[in-house]
Amino acid sequence: MKSPQDLIRFLLPVAVFAAGLVLWEAIVRAYGIQPYVLPSPLLVLKTLVADWPILSQSLGVTLLTTLEGFVAAAIGGVVLALLFNQSKWLEYSLFPYAVVLQVTPVIAIAPLLLIYLQQQTAVIVCAWIVAFFPVLSNTTLGLSSVDRNLAGLFQLYGASRLQTLLFLKLPAALPYILGGLRIAGGLSLIGAVVAEIAAGSAGAGLGLAFRIAESGYRLNIPRMFAALLLLSLAGIVIYGVLALVSHLLLRRWHESALGKES
Amino acid sequence: MGPVPPHPRFQRDLSPVGRGALRGTIALGKIQPSMVESIVPETDASSPAVRLRGVTKTYDSGVMALGPLDLDVKRGEFVSLLGPSGCGKSTALRIIAGLAAPSTGTVELAHHGTERRGSHRIGFVFQEPTLMPWATVRDNVRLPLKLARAPVADADMRIDAALDQVGLAEFAGAYPRELSGGMKMRVSLARALVTDPDILLMDEPFAALDEITRFRLNNDLLSLWRDLHKTVIFVTHSVFESVYLSERVIVMTARPGRIGAEFRITSAEPRGEEFRTSAEYAAFCREVSHALAPSYAGQAGA
Repeated sequence: MKSPQDLIRFLLPVAVFAAGLVLWEAIVRAYGIQPYVLPSPLLVLKTLVADWPILSQSLGVTLLTTLEGFVAAAIGGVVLALLFNQSKWLEYSLFPYAVVLQVTPVIAIAPLLLIYLQQQTAVIVCAWIVAFFPVLSNTTLGLSSVDRNLAGLFQLYGASRLQTLLFLKLPAALPYILGGLRIAGGLSLIGAVVAEIAAGSAGAGLGLAFRIAESGYRLNIPRMFAALLLLSLAGIVIYGVLALVSHLLLRRWHESALGKES
Repeated sequence: MGPVPPHPRFQRDLSPVGRGALRGTIALGKIQPSMVESIVPETDASSPAVRLRGVTKTYDSGVMALGPLDLDVKRGEFVSLLGPSGCGKSTALRIIAGLAAPSTGTVELAHHGTERRGSHRIGFVFQEPTLMPWATVRDNVRLPLKLARAPVADADMRIDAALDQVGLAEFAGAYPRELSGGMKMRVSLARALVTDPDILLMDEPFAALDEITRFRLNNDLLSLWRDLHKTVIFVTHSVFESVYLSERVIVMTARPGRIGAEFRITSAEPRGEEFRTSAEYAAFCREVSHALAPSYAGQAGA
């Protein structure tokens, strides 16, 4: 917070949030709305504390699924992009299917995956399907936007394919890859949630999304809100961590990171 | 595609050296291992460093960009290729470097020493600094040595020497974005010099710089050339720059670029700021400008 303007930019959304909560609390009290219709913010907070043992466990399950899906998406997306970059034929053969996988709603694929795969595997595959595409397309874009003259220089000095990849293409693509990963972080959480909800009726799910669905059936609305709050916080933290990693990796040289530094 | 006999109008004998004297040369673009292995170390200092015969470049679209071009550049000579935009002078430079293949004709580079690949003997400076933004100045200059897998200790010494030559020793740890345009160009020059190439190819390297910076870099380049005895082929669209720097100015015609005229620029060496304001410099510039005018007229009419 350097200038008054920065302070205002920070305080305004906080004030809006606080005002919203106060209004919400006031309306619930004024009209005597029952918790199974709309719980008050304070009740949601109380439920969060009271149900913490169950909810924290579910949070752990969902975060683990998200992480696994994210890692699979990151590796899968980058590796596929590298393969496409090395072989045009491979790209022509496979890229359309990557697009198909991306445009087909994952909520429609999830039930099928649950039939053919073990539930834990299916959930991770779901997260992967949703999250890998931005990594793939961003990395592909990054690898092909290498400075033409720099590429010429590598050619002039007789660089091998591996050297060109390691010392030129990957560093040049890094900002794009990190951009893809930032999107993939949020998407793998969505993928995990979708799969958990789809799997919920099948039984053994324990994640946060499963808790939301389960609480819904039981009309335990406060716990639904508490679980939703945790999911939202998880999404924010994931995004924040990835943005921080990206900033730390690029701050020395990339335009996107300069505004924050100087 | 074999060599095309040069057009009679452009047939010229710039060098007293005949084809037979070109021992130990290789044809870039079609390097074969057997040819490279059989190279005889070149010792004859009077043989051309670069020889082009009937070089043309036709794009896939059918547009002929260059040639036919015959060119001999002596060892240690400073030659400028001067011409309007799009006359193919940059293409010619890329062909000499082996970055582009000629459609017809041959390129021969004199070769000496034990390097296995002719390309290592070439330094190339682009119009933009073309630095890796993620690497420090030192690591940018290190690139050619790293790609050649040179021993680190030896590489460090060469990098220090190259940075000294361009006056950037203090900025070794800086990133390109922290440098001015002129300094970036100096890094680019240091990177081209770090392999100690025989031939330095420069493609309008100072075109984007302000005048004062360009003049300073011109002077620094001249003194480097005098000290290091490199063969320099310098592409530019500036009459003043070409006359100031070169021993020989080759004026190229509009597309397809051919040799329109040639000038030997003689002056009392070494050149410096006094030369820039001298009457002989002005006279050379007038002559060269006059020879260049038809290239632009042709372009405007096209």
